[in-house]
Amino acid sequence: MSILLNNISKNFGKFAALYDVSLEIPEGELVALLGPSGCGKTTLLRIIAGLETPDFGRVLLSGEDKTEQHVSRRGIGFVFQHYALFRHMTVFDNIAFGLRVKPRKERPTEAFISKKVHALLELVQLDWLADRFPDQLSGGQRQRIALARALAVEPSVLLLDEPFGALDASVRKDLRQWLRNLHQELHVTSIFVTHDQEEAMEVASQVVVLNQGRIEQQGAPADIYDHPANAFVSKFIGQTNIFDLSETESNWLQRAGILAEKPQGIFAHVRPHHIDIVKAEEASGSPVTLKDWQHLGATIRVELFNPQHNGAGATLFAEMPNERFRELNLTKGDRVAVHIKQAHWFN
Amino acid sequence: MHANVHVIGDAAGQANFKALHDPFWVRWSLVGVAVGFIVLFLCVPLGLVLYQAFSKGWQAYWTALAQPDAIAAMQLTLVVALITVPLNTVFGVAAAWAITRFEFWGKSLLTTLIDLPFSVSPVISGLIFVLMFGAQGWFGQWFSAHDIKVIFAVPGIVLATIFITFPFVARELIPLMQEMGSEEEEAALSLGASGWKTFFLVTLPNIKWALLYGVLLCNARAMGEFGAVSVVSGHIRGVTNTLPLHVEVSYNDYDVIGAFSSASILAGLAIVTLVLKSFLEWKQARV
Repeated sequence: MSILLNNISKNFGKFAALYDVSLEIPEGELVALLGPSGCGKTTLLRIIAGLETPDFGRVLLSGEDKTEQHVSRRGIGFVFQHYALFRHMTVFDNIAFGLRVKPRKERPTEAFISKKVHALLELVQLDWLADRFPDQLSGGQRQRIALARALAVEPSVLLLDEPFGALDASVRKDLRQWLRNLHQELHVTSIFVTHDQEEAMEVASQVVVLNQGRIEQQGAPADIYDHPANAFVSKFIGQTNIFDLSETESNWLQRAGILAEKPQGIFAHVRPHHIDIVKAEEASGSPVTLKDWQHLGATIRVELFNPQHNGAGATLFAEMPNERFRELNLTKGDRVAVHIKQAHWFN
Repeated sequence: MHANVHVIGDAAGQANFKALHDPFWVRWSLVGVAVGFIVLFLCVPLGLVLYQAFSKGWQAYWTALAQPDAIAAMQLTLVVALITVPLNTVFGVAAAWAITRFEFWGKSLLTTLIDLPFSVSPVISGLIFVLMFGAQGWFGQWFSAHDIKVIFAVPGIVLATIFITFPFVARELIPLMQEMGSEEEEAALSLGASGWKTFFLVTLPNIKWALLYGVLLCNARAMGEFGAVSVVSGHIRGVTNTLPLHVEVSYNDYDVIGAFSSASILAGLAIVTLVLKSFLEWKQARV
């Protein structure tokens, strides 16, 4: 089911949670609503679900206007951050709930329900937990049961509100992968909310970046990373070094290679992996001192101090493969030269 | 060497005990004060009620309770509780639902108003109803013109009791429902359940022990209320006397056995309430 949002606005008292948001999501996509906390992403998800009503604007599912329709009739599946499993019911009864509350005419037989619940439990790989109660499960298990419960009614849209937010890091990594695979299997249009850009990039086929109730950019993860539409997106998606042309000595920038082409704005955003360093003696780049470095696994993050700059821009971050850093054979306090390969310009 | 270690261990143990516990006399005098208080103000009066009730033997006890006036008082008390408790249960659930699930203008005022009966003297509460429905009251003329008696009749007693007992259920439910949040209900709705099904299948099972607890307290108060009921009832024997009023009237007539036998019924009710209350608290703690 495709989703179309037209000019959605929502205020809570004087706080504008969403301002004139329009968004189109084609059928079968796995979309991430990404933004800092308070940006309106959860409100937008709840408006699509019908758990919240917009002050202005329309919600269209498969081309039908569903703005006035009650949540129980929209045919959506909703997964909550804190699982919201029914605590007095077993896992089996939780998953069966959506089928059992159907009006008598549409309600399947108990035999059918039982078959379906076990199929779903197999899908989420937790068939052995059917008779447990939610408080006997781990966080990751609860979230998978919550997903199975939402899938039981065969929703045409699956909405997930920070689905991995309450889980610890390793479980979260596993579940991300698992959700991706599940989506490839089921192909149900899915939207999940997250404030974690890494999670959004890893899981989603489309990312929508929100900030202060507005959409900043929508696109495939690679698009957003390589071509951020504005300074906010650039800063929010991954780390950036920001050079303010009015505060940085142009000579320094010239030698760093950043002014090789004519500047296209006032601020230059440079990704850490677009900064290369060489030893000072063989240098044509701009001089800085090596302050410290951290191992991030396959890459090394290098902290550089720019003595000619006072203020926030004085520390630069560069990233490079481990081998490259080893070849350079540097120690703390060494003078190195910076060479900038690529920058995004903003005003 | 071995013995040495042992001695040190022992000394350390004693030091630990001293560090972690108050001196013997402090502990026992505190326990003594508490126990003494309970004996003096609870056990002795309760014993006295039973002693007086049975001072002329079982026969006299039963005769006093079998008096038409005593039976009428018990029946009236039951009728009042049977009307009041279900009404206030419905009101309490509705109020708790409204306050914890919706945002509306005047919500904090409503929350404060629910507590009003606790902060107003019951006698004043009774007087309010006399002022409203009494012969000289605002609606008194209209009611007497239509030949409906409210004050000095059963409707007045029911009204006063409803007023006195309406906070109990709501006050038990509001904190619990606030803490639970509405996510489970939203989940039920998103799965296609109607509002009623959501309430009966999801909300009610989660709040049932707190609800029963509130109903129990509400019932205990409805049966035991004296002040407000005393003002509106008019003390008509066999007609508008509830059990607590019957105790007072009998006592004023020097009918000691009558007063204390009825009082023993109320005391028994209190003990049953107490036992059920601890059971419900235990149940709630386990959920």
